[in-house]
Amino acid sequence: MRLSDRARDLPESGIRKFFELAEARDDVISLGVGEPDFSAPWAARTAAIDSLERGKTSYTSNRGMAALRERIAVHHERYDQTYDPAGEVLVTTGASEAVDLALRAIVDPGDTVAIQSPAYISYGPGVRFSGGDPLPVTTRVENDFVLTYDDLERAGAGDAEALMICYPNNPTGATASRDDLAEIAEFAREHDLMVLSDEIYAGLTYRGDHASIATLPGMRERTIVFNGFSKAYAMTGLRLGYALGPSEAIDAMNRIHQYTMLSAPTTAQYAALEALQSCDDDVQEMRNQYDRRRRFVISRFRDMGLDCFEATGAFYAFPEAPYDDEQFAEDLLHEKGVALVPGRVFGEEGYGHLRVSYATGMSELKEALNRIDAFLDER
Amino acid sequence: MDAEREVLDVLARNAREDIDDIAAQTGLDADAVADAIDALEADSVVHGYQAVVDWDRVDEGKIRAVVEINVELDRETGYEQVADQIAKFPAVDALHLVSGDYDFAVEVLGETMEDVSRFISEQVAPMPEVTQTVTHYIMETYKDGGIRFEDGDDDDRLSVSP
Repeated sequence: MRLSDRARDLPESGIRKFFELAEARDDVISLGVGEPDFSAPWAARTAAIDSLERGKTSYTSNRGMAALRERIAVHHERYDQTYDPAGEVLVTTGASEAVDLALRAIVDPGDTVAIQSPAYISYGPGVRFSGGDPLPVTTRVENDFVLTYDDLERAGAGDAEALMICYPNNPTGATASRDDLAEIAEFAREHDLMVLSDEIYAGLTYRGDHASIATLPGMRERTIVFNGFSKAYAMTGLRLGYALGPSEAIDAMNRIHQYTMLSAPTTAQYAALEALQSCDDDVQEMRNQYDRRRRFVISRFRDMGLDCFEATGAFYAFPEAPYDDEQFAEDLLHEKGVALVPGRVFGEEGYGHLRVSYATGMSELKEALNRIDAFLDER
Repeated sequence: MDAEREVLDVLARNAREDIDDIAAQTGLDADAVADAIDALEADSVVHGYQAVVDWDRVDEGKIRAVVEINVELDRETGYEQVADQIAKFPAVDALHLVSGDYDFAVEVLGETMEDVSRFISEQVAPMPEVTQTVTHYIMETYKDGGIRFEDGDDDDRLSVSP
């Protein structure tokens, strides 16, 4: 069949292999899942059901329901972010759509987009879809996976048109403080880079509040922020996200969105509106549980003698693999039925690490860690 | 959050958590966890540790009832004294003074419905302060102790995802 070069050249995600290996067995405990183990808060689910009962099944405004955009703007005041709901908020089908729209809106063929690495697997392919070239910028464990001015300079990011960052980070669980972000912001201003900031895990930080690079001096006008309901509100399957940014960028993204998506799913928008109105306590309770699991997982890995940096966000720990990360993940799955994801899947820079998701109930988490402990003892 | 509160939150969710695991989850050291538990017990914040049981699934299980009790007090007798009398019966599993149409909500456990009826009519109703009792037998329990009673909820997430 005739397929485009674009489709043909896409590498298969390294996740796929482990998914197939894990699916082939029925005794697997998975620490390889990139989504919450909780269901969406019940109030949000009932709001979705209620909207269906009232027949709210038509399109919404392209940018998303006005009431939802207003509520999103209010919600972001907690991060000192102020955006005009009329022109600076765009509701999308998952934050993934927002990232895709932003890349298409700002990247021309031949442009370079610097990408913090290791990072979520979609950014690089997203840049390529727009004809751009991804430039990985290595973050290092010595710096707790926080991107530094030196990292950016060493990678030659100054020649790029844009910079993609993600804090709290998938896969490392790293967070960036306001001071950390100030260094990145300085580099972006000096080299006139647009910044694309994926803040989908903003609601899941365990040491102090989330800081957004868009709130630093001179950054709001050059930053597009992505967020959504998938992680903190445990609504992955409802596919609802949004972008916040200067109206010029949001307008451009909306023009593409009008042709490709029309509007984000209406049912999910009703669920999201309710989530913002009444589900802060649910989020707090989930965050408390993640935090206990986080401490537990990191402490167990350290007891096993594995180096494990203090991840303070999202729901991932990122310990060092005792030997080749991919081989280790395969051996562990084969011998002990525990699935996790080798770091290299998230870019060469993840080499030698393991992404361990603690979005799993405490009893399963304990069993999985006991199995890993036994596996290491047998070596 | 202080140490005792952190430990309490873990125990309230799973009282069988051992000290080392609580330490790992809270970031406290094991001695601090043990001290916190001792303090919670000494201060009568934690009165005991029990299993959450679905008695419907136990052969020769137990019958539960919620009993509303109205009382009339006088100069010498307050709620405290009446509660003390009622709580002494081993069949009384839980006893609460409540707001609203009646005074006490009592949870009673018995081997059979007759046991519970006999207990209420022969022991509780005759108490001089008690003016009225209404017994509600529990037909089915769907959730108790914060735990939903149902067969395991299958995790239908993809086993590995980005």
